[in-house]
Formats: sequence, C-alpha cells, structure tokens
Amino acid sequence: MIRYLLRRLALLPLTLLVLSLATFVLLRLIPGDPAQVMLGEHATAAQVAQFRASHGLDAPLPIQYVRYLADLARGDWGRAIVTDRPVLAEIGQRLPATVELAAAAMLIACALGIPAGVLAARRRHSGADRLASAVSLVGVAVPLFWIGLLLSYLFGYALGWLPPSGRLAVGSDLGRITGLHLADAILIGNSAAFADALRHLALPAFVLSTAPLAVITRMTRATLLEMLAQDHVRTARAKGLPERVVLLGHGLRNAAPAVATAIGLQWGGLLSGAILVETIFAWPGMGQLVAERVLGRDYPAVQGIVLVTAGMIMAVNLVTDLICATLDPRIRYA
Amino acid sequence: MLSDLGLTLRRPRFRRSRRGVAGVVIILCVFLGALGADALAPDGPYTPHLLERRHGLSLRHPFGQDELGRDNLNRVLHGARLSLGVGVGAAALALIAGASLGMAAGMVGGWLDSLIVGLADMVLAFPTLLLALVLMMLLGRGLVSATVAVSFAAMPAFVRLARIGVIRARQQEHVLAARAVGVPPGRLILRHILPDILPPLIVQAMLCIGTAILEVAGLSFLGLAAQPPAPEWGAMITQGRGAVFAAPHILLFPGLAIMLAVLGFNLLGDGLRDVLDPRADL
Repeated sequence: MIRYLLRRLALLPLTLLVLSLATFVLLRLIPGDPAQVMLGEHATAAQVAQFRASHGLDAPLPIQYVRYLADLARGDWGRAIVTDRPVLAEIGQRLPATVELAAAAMLIACALGIPAGVLAARRRHSGADRLASAVSLVGVAVPLFWIGLLLSYLFGYALGWLPPSGRLAVGSDLGRITGLHLADAILIGNSAAFADALRHLALPAFVLSTAPLAVITRMTRATLLEMLAQDHVRTARAKGLPERVVLLGHGLRNAAPAVATAIGLQWGGLLSGAILVETIFAWPGMGQLVAERVLGRDYPAVQGIVLVTAGMIMAVNLVTDLICATLDPRIRYA
Repeated sequence: MLSDLGLTLRRPRFRRSRRGVAGVVIILCVFLGALGADALAPDGPYTPHLLERRHGLSLRHPFGQDELGRDNLNRVLHGARLSLGVGVGAAALALIAGASLGMAAGMVGGWLDSLIVGLADMVLAFPTLLLALVLMMLLGRGLVSATVAVSFAAMPAFVRLARIGVIRARQQEHVLAARAVGVPPGRLILRHILPDILPPLIVQAMLCIGTAILEVAGLSFLGLAAQPPAPEWGAMITQGRGAVFAAPHILLFPGLAIMLAVLGFNLLGDGLRDVLDPRADL
C-alpha cells in the first residue's frame, strides 16, 4: 500500500508542472496585448509600456515562465484586477465555503444514492426500481439553476421554511477558525450558530446534489446487478446465507470499487454545478467568485481559481484511487 | 453513416427499447415545435405588448406573456431552434475533433499517443463549466463561442472512445487483410476502421447533445452565451428571475423545455446503447 501511495505521489509534481504551464499559456492566449487587457481600454501607451517593464512582460517567454513558477511557489499569485487585492487571499477567503457546500452535497448524494441503488437492484422491475430510474433520468436532465431558483423561492419565500440565500443570518458573525461554518460552530460550542449554518446550507447542498445523486443511484444499481448475476452469489444463496449478507457482503462489497470510482468522478461536475448554485444562493464561495470575475475579465483571479480547482481535483483523484486500492487489492499490484 | 443510424432505429431491438422510442418521440416533438414555431404561436418572439406585461396563461398566449408582453410560447419554441443548433453543433464539433485526435493517437502510437491521452485526461478531470467559462473569457461572449467552448470540454470522451476503438480494430482480421492487399491508410481508416468504431461514438454524441444544451443554457444564465433579447432558454430563465412571484410562468416553461430536450437526447442515447452495445449498461 505504501509503495502504491509513493508511486502515485511521484506523479504529482509532473502534473503540477503541466498545469502551471497550461495556466501560463492561458494568460498569453488572450487576444491582444496582456498589458493592455490588464490595464483596460483607457490606458495610455506610456502606462502600457511601464506595466510591461514592471511585470517582466518584455522578457523572453521561457524566462517569463520560470519567473511565473517562482512567484507561484512564493505564494505571490498576482493581484486581482477587479479588487486590487492579492489573488491568493481572495481565494483563501472563498475556498472553505465551496468545500463545505460541495462536501455536504456529496454526502447527501451518497447517503440517498447508494441505498436507492441497492434497493432498486434488489427489487428489479419493482415500483421502487422504476422510481429510482425515473429520478436518475430526470436528475441529470434538469437545469440546476432552474430547479435552484424554483426551490429557493418555494422554500425560501413562499413557505419561509429555509433561508433563501447566504451562509449565516444577516448580522451574525462566527469569527473564523477553519472557515467551514459548521466546523467553527462546533469548535466554539455555539449550537445556535450551528443550526443557523445548517439551515442555510440545506437548500443549496440539496440542489447541488441532484446530478451526482442521479449518477450514483444508477451506477450502484447497474454494478450491483452485474455482481449479483455472478456464480459466487448463487453459491452464497445456495448455501443458505441470509439475503442481507448476500446483498451487502457479496454484492455491494464487490461493487464498491466501481461505485467509489463513480463517486470520485462526480467532484468535477459538483464544482461545475457550484458555479451556478453559488450564484443563485448568494453563497460566497469560489464558484460565485469565478462567475463574477470571468464577466469582469479578471485574468489573474481566474488563473488562480483554475490552479486551486485543479489542485482540489487532483487531491480528490488521489484519495479516490487510494480508497479503491484499499477496497480492491488487485489495483495495488497492477 | 446517417443511413446506418436510420437502419439502427428501425431494428426491432431498438423498437423494443422503450427508452429509445420515448427519446425519439420527444426529440421529434421538439424538432417539430422548433420548425413550426411561427405557425403554432403566430406572435413573433420579439413583438412586445407593453400593456400586457407578465400576463398569465390565456387562449391567445397559452404559455403567458413575459416582462415585455412578448408571447412566451413563441419564444420557447424559437428557443428550441437555438438550443438544438447549439447542442447538435457542439456535439458534432466534439465528435469530429475528438474522434480525429483519438484515431490519430491510436494509429500512430508512441509519444503522440501519450501526449494526446495525457491532455485528454487532464481536460476530463476538470470541471467542464469552469473550463467553458475560461474559454469564453478568451473567445468572447456569444452563442457561437459558447458552442465552441462547450464542445472543447466534451472532447476527451470522444478521444478515449476513438483511441480504444482503433487499437482494437487494428488487430481485426478484415483490417489486417485490407492492409495486406495494400489499401492506402486514408481509405483504410475511413472504410475499414471507422465503421467499426462508430457505434459507441454515436451513443456518446447523443449524450453530448443533452449535456451541451444544459451547459450552454447555464452559460446564458450567467450572462455569457446568448444575449437579450435572444429567445434562448437559459437567458429567458435569467429574465424571469425578477418576477418569480408575480409571473412564475415566465421562467417555468423555458426550464421545462430544457429538461424535456435533454431528457429526449439522453433517452435516445440509452436506447441506441442497448442496441449497439448491449453489454455496456445493465
């Protein structure tokens, strides 16, 4: 297991290097002169020339890339054009909100999707199976931003059960330990704030969970059906093992690596969806930030968000692979 | 190619696939609605009736009227033209570019293969909407750039399918035989390999149309793809946002239309997979 982990970790620096090259090229792909774009249409020729010199834009490209790498490593990710604040600080402030939202959505999707898939596979062609299939078909077809708007008006305004936007009640402040409100509320022992944060989280997390929920349900059902058709399951049934043991111990146990892989693949979609969900629910995370900054053509900020997102995806992939290797020893020796 | 698809749809296996048939019926309805937009709803998509703003459902306006009193049904139907065009365009682009790259990787092998596969894996892991947003920043706003951006994000799946297909097909007897009698490489690919690897690519293309419709609507919702007053479904939802209480119908119907169209293409994709590749999904 350790050797597998080391082998996987050895690839990380290479991936990071390719990624930084991609974001570097990205900024050079902007149509026109980057200096002109950064300064805006109204900059004079002298200002542009000065900006080029002060930002090293007049150096040869390979040298610019090396400098860019050094800056990244030192934590100097440039200044956001829209706010003139350091990019890294802006992202750091927004990151916990997105992590909290995405993790909550994934938790909902797994907690509902895996049991639903097991139930559907166990009672194939039953009403429950049909319902699960219908829900997973609609779940991937429904536009997130549309269902989000409808639910936020229904529960937030019409019924008034849940707050329609934001992370905490207006005027309340939790302070900041981890930036994850639920964790912070527990750490300072404030149960009212915990309940408040949970109520704010419920609706956006549920909306964001629809697509992964659909995929996880479908994947669990399909893999489990495949496993239950195998000989060792027939043997287990024949020797009189209780159905629960057959289903969970022989079926789900063997389906687990495939389901874990499917879950790991959902994080990219979850972060895509977060861009829309955060915009609708005024959730102050990275998704909302990137939607704003793309509109404002804030290249340094977008570049930073791309890097952080890619880092998150890489970390998730690594964890997924490790989980799969734990669940299925064959992977470790492949 | 298209006649192959036509034959597939007529096969008994496909007609027994209820999902596939439902998909075809839904897509036909959307197509007919798009074609007959002006016959079904005689009021133009841009004709304002300023005295009838946000009016609800009526006989003359079955889907009600929007912020400027424009006929919502007509706008939704015209939106079908835009969304179908965008979806099919993005899928076609991703299919052609992705399959070409994948086939090149599979045929040539070596460092080119590693390069293409590595890039495709990187794009595949990335959140598609974020990738599309970044590309929109480079390409500028508008439906055409949105289509290109979304198709780029959709390419890796085609690359992988085409590459695996080519690597398998190269070993097959009929391909080896064609090569042995001296069929030139271009013809070998087009006549002997492509037909072999096409089925999974077509299934993927159908699923891609649905995803592309959803993503472009999302980009329009964020204000990047279609610009007002274009009757694009995502943009219409943005417009209806301000009047959810007073006139929920403005935003209700475009959303239902997106869902229906995406559902149609996903069902068709499922149905085709049942026929073409029965083992892929239980």
